[in-house]
Amino acid sequence: MSERLLDIKNLSVTFGGLNALSDLDFHVDKGEIVSVIGPNGAGKTTFFNMISGMVTPTSGDIIFRGESLLGLDPNQVTARGIARTFQNVRLFANMTILENVMVSQHCRTKQGIMGALFQTGGFKREEQEIREHGEKVLGFFGSRLVGYRLNQPASVLSYANRRRLEIARAMATKPEVILLDEPVAGMNPKESEELTGLIGKLRDEWGFTIVMIEHDMGVVRDVSDRVVVLDHGETIAQGSYDEVSSNPAVIEAYLGRPAEEAS
Amino acid sequence: MSETMNTDDAVVLAPARSAFDQDWRKIVNWGLICALALIFVSLTDMPDKLDKRVIVEPLLSMGYLSLIWIPIALGNFVTREVVLEGMAQHKKGLRELVAGVSVGAIGGAGLALLIWLLDTRDLSDPLVNWNDALLEVLSFGEGVGYGAIFWILASAGLGLAGGALHLLPAIANRLLFAISLTIVLSASLESALDDISEGFQLEWLFEALFEKKGGLSVQGAIILAVFAIAWVLFLGGQAKRGRAAVAARRELSPTKVNTVGLVLIAVAAVVLPMFLGRLTNDLLTNVGLFLLLALGLNIVVGLAGILDLGYVAFYAVGGYTAAIMTSPTSPGLSPELPWWVAIFVVVFMAIVAGLFIGAPVIRMRGDYLAIVTLGFGEIIRLTVRSDWASGFTGGAQGILSIPGADIVGIATVKGTDPQQVLYLVIGFVAIAIYVSWRLENSRIGRAWMAVREDESVAEAMGINTVNSKLQAFVVGAILASFSGAIFAAKVGSVFESSFKILVSIVILVIVIVGGMGRIAGVAAGALVLVGILGGPNQPGLLAEFSEFKLLIYGALLIWMMLKRPEGLIPNVRRSRELHQDEFLQDAWLKAQADDDDDEAVSGEAAPA
Amino acid sequence: MTTAMRSKAAPRTGVDWFLTFLRVLLSGLVLFGLSAFLLQQIDPGNPLASAINPDANRLSWDAFQGLVISGLSQGAMYGLIALGYSMVYGVLGFINFAHGEVFMVGAMTGMITSNKLFEAGVWEDNFLLAILIAVLVSVICSTVTAVVTERIAYRPLRGSPRLIPLITSIGVSFFIQNTSAVLLGPGAKSYPRLPDWLRDDIGIGPFDIEGKKLLVLVVAGLSMGALWYLVERTKTGKAMRAVAEDKEIASLMGIDVDRTIVTTFAVGGAMAGVAGILWGILFGSVTEFTGFLPGIKAFSAAVVGGIGNLGGAMAGGLTLGSSESLAPQLVLEPLGVTGHTQLKDAVAFLVLIFVLLVKPTGLFGERLSAEERA
Repeated sequence: MSERLLDIKNLSVTFGGLNALSDLDFHVDKGEIVSVIGPNGAGKTTFFNMISGMVTPTSGDIIFRGESLLGLDPNQVTARGIARTFQNVRLFANMTILENVMVSQHCRTKQGIMGALFQTGGFKREEQEIREHGEKVLGFFGSRLVGYRLNQPASVLSYANRRRLEIARAMATKPEVILLDEPVAGMNPKESEELTGLIGKLRDEWGFTIVMIEHDMGVVRDVSDRVVVLDHGETIAQGSYDEVSSNPAVIEAYLGRPAEEAS
Repeated sequence: MSETMNTDDAVVLAPARSAFDQDWRKIVNWGLICALALIFVSLTDMPDKLDKRVIVEPLLSMGYLSLIWIPIALGNFVTREVVLEGMAQHKKGLRELVAGVSVGAIGGAGLALLIWLLDTRDLSDPLVNWNDALLEVLSFGEGVGYGAIFWILASAGLGLAGGALHLLPAIANRLLFAISLTIVLSASLESALDDISEGFQLEWLFEALFEKKGGLSVQGAIILAVFAIAWVLFLGGQAKRGRAAVAARRELSPTKVNTVGLVLIAVAAVVLPMFLGRLTNDLLTNVGLFLLLALGLNIVVGLAGILDLGYVAFYAVGGYTAAIMTSPTSPGLSPELPWWVAIFVVVFMAIVAGLFIGAPVIRMRGDYLAIVTLGFGEIIRLTVRSDWASGFTGGAQGILSIPGADIVGIATVKGTDPQQVLYLVIGFVAIAIYVSWRLENSRIGRAWMAVREDESVAEAMGINTVNSKLQAFVVGAILASFSGAIFAAKVGSVFESSFKILVSIVILVIVIVGGMGRIAGVAAGALVLVGILGGPNQPGLLAEFSEFKLLIYGALLIWMMLKRPEGLIPNVRRSRELHQDEFLQDAWLKAQADDDDDEAVSGEAAPA
Repeated sequence: MTTAMRSKAAPRTGVDWFLTFLRVLLSGLVLFGLSAFLLQQIDPGNPLASAINPDANRLSWDAFQGLVISGLSQGAMYGLIALGYSMVYGVLGFINFAHGEVFMVGAMTGMITSNKLFEAGVWEDNFLLAILIAVLVSVICSTVTAVVTERIAYRPLRGSPRLIPLITSIGVSFFIQNTSAVLLGPGAKSYPRLPDWLRDDIGIGPFDIEGKKLLVLVVAGLSMGALWYLVERTKTGKAMRAVAEDKEIASLMGIDVDRTIVTTFAVGGAMAGVAGILWGILFGSVTEFTGFLPGIKAFSAAVVGGIGNLGGAMAGGLTLGSSESLAPQLVLEPLGVTGHTQLKDAVAFLVLIFVLLVKPTGLFGERLSAEERA
C-alpha cells in the first residue's frame, strides 16, 4: 500500500553481556505513527539511540529508504532524514530559541566560512531562509515560542515549552521521520492533550512519519496507528492499540497493573 | 553573584546583632589567613621591591599597597554573608566592626611575629628574601618594637575599615571603589600617561597630577578622586542607562552593531598612534600581538569550547614560516619572499598545522585534548630547537636578519619604528575582530556554540561535530599565525624560546580574565594584563612587577575560576552556562509566574 | 544517560582516513627504525644498514642496559606521580594539572631538609637516618600542599563543568611554581653529595645498577606495595573505590565523600613527595620547573596505563620512562636523526599520542565510573 520507510531487521545490542535489545524486527511505513511502549528498562531509548547512530547495534540492520544506516554517524543519519528528541530534554540552553531551530538546519545548509566573512548574497539568502523556516516551525506551537521569545535563551522557557522547542528543533532539520522520546512526559493533562493533537498534525499537515516512545497510554491510544511492545529487550507484541492491549503477554508484562491503567 | 551582596532598600532588616554575638572560630580562621597572606607577601619581597613604585608621593607605594589591601579585604569578607531570599537579614553595626578589627589584629600580629623572627633568626638559606632590607621596610627603620606595634595597630585599623565598608550605603562603597581604582590605575599608567600627554601637548596636566620623581602628587590624587566621584555620580548613571538600552536592543535583534561606538573606535585606532610616543606604541604593539592571539584562542575555547593548551604552536608556525620565507640568512630554504607574499605561505602552513594537530585530538575527551595539544606544542618547539631540524629552523641559534614586513611594496614595516608596527598590528586585529564577529553570527558559529553546549546533541541535530571543531581549530590557528608573522617582522629574529608553553597559558589567562566568548572582554584582558603587568617575555608598564607577574597570573586564574568564571566583561551566554544551576532555577520560577498561556486548568506542570 | 559509543567500523570521513594514515605512519616508522637498529646491530657495515644511516654504530650491551636502567628508574618516578593523577581522575574526573608541582614541592623540601642535615653532619654520619627524615619531610610537605590545594581551589568547584577545575589547576600550578621561584629564588639548587656506596655499581645478574637507581626502584616498589595495600585491603581504600564508582551512592552508604576525596589527594600527594625526593637523589638538583615536564609526562603515563587503574599507572610510568630513554637510540638514531637525545621529551609525548590513537583506554584499560567516561 504505502512506501516502506524504515525497516528494522533482527536488531540486537548487548552491553557487557547484557541483552539490551534482542532481535527487534519491525517496519514503519510512510505517514504512520508508531508507538514503542514497554516498562522502564525495556530498551526503548536504546532502540532510538541505535536508529540515530549514537549506539552501534551488535547485529541486525536498519534500512531507511532502501539504504542501511549502520556505521553512519548521528549527523549523517539526521542528514538522511531522521530527527529525534530526547527523553530528558536536551536543548542548547544558552542559545536563543531562534538559534536552536536555526542551528538544527545545519545539515540542510552549506554556507561556509568564506560566505560568512564576505557576506555573500548566497550567505544572506540562506540566513534569511533558515530564519524563516525556523520561525515557521516555531509557529507550529502557536504564539508561545515566537515574538519576543525568539531572542531569549532557551533556558528561560517553562518545562512544557522546552519540550515543544525540542520538537520544533527536530522539525527544523526537515526530516522524513521524527523520533519522539516521551514527548508528553512531565506535562499536565491539558498540555499533553494539546500535544497529542499536534502530533497528529505533524503527520497530517507536515507529512512527517512518527515513531514515538510514550508511557501515557491515553496518548498512545489516541494517535498511534500501530504499537510495538518491548520488554527486557524483546518484542512481545505488535499491532493496533486494541490488539496489543488485549494481548495477554502485554497485559502481564506491562498493562497488567490495573491500578496504573486506571489512572 | 555580587548582586546578592547589595542590600535592597525595600528589604526589612532585623535589628543588628550584638557586637559579641560572633562566630569566633570563623574570625580566628580568617585572621590566620590574613596573617599567612601578609607573611607570604612579605617573604616574596614585594614590599621592598615594589616600594620604588610610588602611588601617591609621600603616602603610599605599590610595596605597601601589596600589604594593606589584605586586612581590608579580609576584614570585609569575614562578615560577608550570602543573603538568600526569606532569610533574616540583620542590620549592620558594631558586630561587623569588631570582626574586622579582630581579623586585622590577628593578621598584624602575624606580621609582627615575622618582624621579630627576621631580627632574631637567620632563615636566609632557603628563603632568599630573608634579609635586613625586608626588616628595614617592614619596621620603617625604627626598630623591631616600633614595626611590630605599628603593624598590629595598622592592620587592626585596616581590618576595621574593611568591616566598616558594610555599614556604608552602597553608593559610598561604589565611590570608594571607583576612587581607589582610578588612583591605582593612574599611578600604574604613569609612564604611558607621560608619553601620551607629550603627544597631545598636555604636559601641564601631567605635571599637575604627578610628582617629578614619580608617583601621583597629593593634589593629583585629590583631582583624580574628584573626577572619579563625578564620574560615578553623574556620568556613571548615564553610561549604565546607555548600556542597558544597547543590551535591550541587542535582545531584539542580536546581530545589530553599535555603529557610533564602532566608528569612534576606528577613528581612535587611526589617530591615536600618531600622538603616542615610542614607549606607548611599543607597549600597544605587544598588547596587540597578544590580543590577536587571544582573539584566535577565544574562537577555539570561547566559542567552540575546545581547551587548546598548545596554542603557542601556531604562533610558532607563523613566526618561523615568516622568518624562513623572508630572511636572507635562513638556513636551508631561503626564498626571500616579500613579507606580504610570505603571509599567504604562513596561512597555508597554519591550515596544515591546524589540521595536522587538530585531526588526531579532535575526538578526544576535552581534558585529554588539553594535555595532548600541550604535548604537541612542546613537540613542535623541541623539534624546531633540535639539531635535526636546525637545517631549516636554525636550532637554538634561531633565524636572524628578518627584513621586516613589506606591505605590497608600499612600505616596509620594521621593528625600529614602533608606530608603523602598531598600525600593522591594528590592521590585523581589526581583521581578527571582523572574523570573530561574522563567524559568531553565522551557520558555523552557531554550530560551534551547539558543540560547546552539548556535543552529542549537536551531533544528533545534524552537525558534523568533528568538522566543526576542526574548522574552529584552523581559524584559531590562522589568527595565531598572523601574530607570529608580525612578531617575526617586528623583532627581526625568531628563537624557539619565544614559543614556550608559558605563552599558551598567558593567552589562556587573557581570554579567561577578560571573559570567554566576548571580544571586548578579551581586548580588556589583553590591555590590562599585557599592558600593565607584561607578557611572558615582554615587560609591561609596571616593570618592577616582572618578577611577580607570573605569580599574579596564577593567582588571578585561580581567583577568576572560583569567583567569576565568566570573566570581567562576560559574554551573557557564557555566564549563564557557568551559573547554570542558579539561573535555571530563577528562570523556571519566573516562567511559572508569567507563563499565562501555560497556566494549567487542572494541576501544575511538574518539573522533571 | 546515553553514552555515545563510537563504532570501530571502517574509516568514513577525511579525519578517519587521516587518523588511520597517522596510525600506520607511526607504527611503520617505529618498526622501520627498530629493524634498522637490528640490522645495524648485526653489522653496521652491511649495505642495507648503511643505506639507511651510514654513520650508524653498534650499541654495546653496557650502553643498552644503562639506558634500560635509567629509563626504568625515571619511569618509576613517573609512575609514582602518575598514581596521584590517576586517583584524582578516578574520583573527581578531572586532570589535576598542579600535581606535578606537588611533586616539585617534595623535591624542593627534600633539598632543603637534606642540605640542613648535611650541615648538621647527619647526612654523612648516618645516611639512612638522614634520608628517612628527608623523605618524611618531603612527604608531609607534598601531602599538605595537595590537601590545601584541594580545599582552596577544587572543593568549591565540585560539580562544575570539568574544564573549569582543569583551568583552575593550571592556575594553581603556575602559582606554586612561581611561589617557589620568588620565595626560594629561581634556578637550580643542588642536593648534598651522596655517599659513595650509592654511586657505585651493584651487579645483579647481567645488570650493573648504580646504587641510587636501585634505591629509587626499591623505594618506588615499596611505595607501590603500600598503596596497593591501602586501596585494596583497608576500609579507607574501599571508601575510595566506592566514591570513584559513584559519589552519590557512596554518600548514601554512609561514606564521607569529602573526607575520602581529601584522603585521595593526600595519598596522591604523599606518593608525589616520595617521587620528589627520589628525583633529587637521582639527578642531584631541583629547580622551580622540575615539576612541569615530569608532571605532564606522569599524566601521560597514567593515560598510557589506563586512567583510574593504579597498577596501570605504575606500568605506564615504566613504559613511558623506558621508551623515552630507549627510543632515541633504538628508533631515531638508526633512522639517521641527528641530535636524537634532544628529542627525548618529544618522544614521551609521541608515545602518549600514539597510545591515544591506537588504544584510547590505555594499555591496561581505564577504570572510570559511567559519568566520567561521558
